Amino acid sequence: MTTSKAAERIGAARAEGRAALVAYLPVGYPDVDTSIAAMVAAVEAGADIVEIGVPYSDPGMDGPVIQEAVDRAVRAGVGIRDVLRAVEAVADAGAVAMVMSYWNPIERYGVQRFATDLAAAGGAGAITPDLIPDEAAEWIAASEAAGLDRVFLVAPSSTDVRVASTTAACRGFVYAASTMGVTGTRATVGDAAETLVARARAAAPDLPVCVGLGVSNGDQAAEVASFADGVIVGSAYVREMLEGRGADGVRALTADLAEGVRRAGVRA
Amino acid sequence: MTTTSPPQTGELQLPARPGWPDETGHFGVFGGRFVPEALIAALDDLTAAYEEMRVDPAFLSEFARLQRDYTGRPSPVTEVPKFAEHCGGARVLLKREDLNHTGSHKINNVLGQALLTKRIGKTRVIAETGAGQHGVATATAAALMGLSCTVYMGEEDTRRQALNVARMRLLGAEVIPVTTGSRTLKDAINEAFRDWVTNVETTNYVFGTVAGPHPFPAMVRDFQRVIGDEARGQVLEREGRLPDAVLACVGGGSNAIGIFTAFVPDEGVRLLGLEAGGDGVDTPRHAATITGGTPGVLHGARSYLLQDENGQTIESHSISAGLDYPGVGPEHSYLHDIGRAEYRAVTDAEAMEAFALLCRTEGIIPAIESAHALAGAVKLGQELGPDALLLVNLSGRGDKDVETASRWFGLGDREEVDPGPGLDTDQQPTEGAVSNDEAVAGPDAGETA
Repeated sequence: MTTSKAAERIGAARAEGRAALVAYLPVGYPDVDTSIAAMVAAVEAGADIVEIGVPYSDPGMDGPVIQEAVDRAVRAGVGIRDVLRAVEAVADAGAVAMVMSYWNPIERYGVQRFATDLAAAGGAGAITPDLIPDEAAEWIAASEAAGLDRVFLVAPSSTDVRVASTTAACRGFVYAASTMGVTGTRATVGDAAETLVARARAAAPDLPVCVGLGVSNGDQAAEVASFADGVIVGSAYVREMLEGRGADGVRALTADLAEGVRRAGVRA
Repeated sequence: MTTTSPPQTGELQLPARPGWPDETGHFGVFGGRFVPEALIAALDDLTAAYEEMRVDPAFLSEFARLQRDYTGRPSPVTEVPKFAEHCGGARVLLKREDLNHTGSHKINNVLGQALLTKRIGKTRVIAETGAGQHGVATATAAALMGLSCTVYMGEEDTRRQALNVARMRLLGAEVIPVTTGSRTLKDAINEAFRDWVTNVETTNYVFGTVAGPHPFPAMVRDFQRVIGDEARGQVLEREGRLPDAVLACVGGGSNAIGIFTAFVPDEGVRLLGLEAGGDGVDTPRHAATITGGTPGVLHGARSYLLQDENGQTIESHSISAGLDYPGVGPEHSYLHDIGRAEYRAVTDAEAMEAFALLCRTEGIIPAIESAHALAGAVKLGQELGPDALLLVNLSGRGDKDVETASRWFGLGDREEVDPGPGLDTDQQPTEGAVSNDEAVAGPDAGETA
């Protein structure tokens, strides 16, 4: 069995005494090439892992910022083929390339075919926000066979039983949703995240825990980095693109966040 | 109203379910739960509370009382002989869900879910709505039971169903026009899920159809099956036999599941779902999900849906806002795949012809949604011939559709247009016809014929 690219990178960050920085950007906003250039800029400025978003017509877990960007990409016909091109670019730039996708685009592409093509493109695996392990038998088998990471989510509302079963099904890391809600920047990340990280660690001591939802600046990244293995930032990146700052904005935001994840020092 | 009570209404138990879904909400390969983990606890709690409630005599007694005294159940069965003359001489019986309080079958489901909301101690309900019928029903139940109510409705739909927006607001509900995506029902559902995941501590999602994640498809079916349970008894009592076929329109599919369920074990009874064919299933403008779609995942369940090669949902089109949905309940996909029910598409023009026909032959203005089932009866009757007995679910009344129908038939200010196309099967009302998009363009749209 191959090692997990995501877990390896998060472990390397920990060895440097810091949390990993995970940057989300959707493919295709404002167009495929510009979005890929922004991802590469994030890698160059210090992102360890890039969550490469697959545009989807019905993003039920996303707030208005991400909705606006992916809506444009959907209308432009952006699909998995474009996503795989972004995966190659991110992997070539030296970061861990994780696809972030609602389930239907993967199912439509073909689960087995997706796993094969993602591995061939140099991708590390996929995060599936609306796929729970209970429904994921085909994806678990395909990702296992292809040596890919698979990241499921836990939430503050998850019972202990579900935290245990979900972390057991993950490979690479588990995505801890910091709050009950959709994606978007928030003034504070909240105490629920720290409690949830502790519960995930209790259930699966060897699985890294990355926290997402609501982190948008270096100070919040430092706060989350004090208790989590990785900090996931999405809407703040997408806002840089929506407001036209492009790769330069992404680079500046990454520098701020990369400083944040180094400020806290690593947990014991 | 009928003078005798059908056997099931008022009895303090729900009839046995079909052998599906399984414990995790799967109808064969369809159904299940494709939602963020954050909602799983709420869905688990809802499932547990519902399973407890559905066998609780106190609930069943209260539910039966509301159905009788508030909704006006049982709804009658009406034979429509003059309409049936256009159905190859087959006899046609209508199950009159249009006579329910609030004007459609939607009230059956919301009363059950509102009682469940109170039982689990939540104080706020949210709902999605397309035509506005489910929104009105939810606002009604919320007013009755003292719950705060927010309804999400696509901005396009708030314009083409302005009357129902006003009704919901009169009933004290907040109506939020949804401006994302295609601005129709599917986007209203997305927005309702976003609200739910954020406010799940206080809020219950009263889902309007037999779609969505488990337990909604099974729960909504249980609350709607009263339609078929009553109708089966009523038809047996008056005819001494079962119908040859049961017909219903299918958008998400709750009225169809409601009338089909009691007949599923009756193998000799054909079950026919009529989907919205829009301009035709061979065009891009339709909402015929099973007839013209492929299996995939949308709004929390696996089912047939309209999608492109990238797995993006395709915007649906129908003259009927209530059928204008690119998905369908997973049980329909299952009934289709096992061959127990069949699904056909009815175009806008065919539905409006049947709409006019029922108005003028029987003095009943149907909902345009239900007119799709009536159009199916015209065709099936002609196929089966004079001995056939057809039971059609008249799921709602057409008051809300008067404006759309007026535009379609060129009624309104100018009187020179003959409003009789529905009586002439050779006449296609294409000149006076307007599509949905045109219908919402403004008050003068469609007046150019």
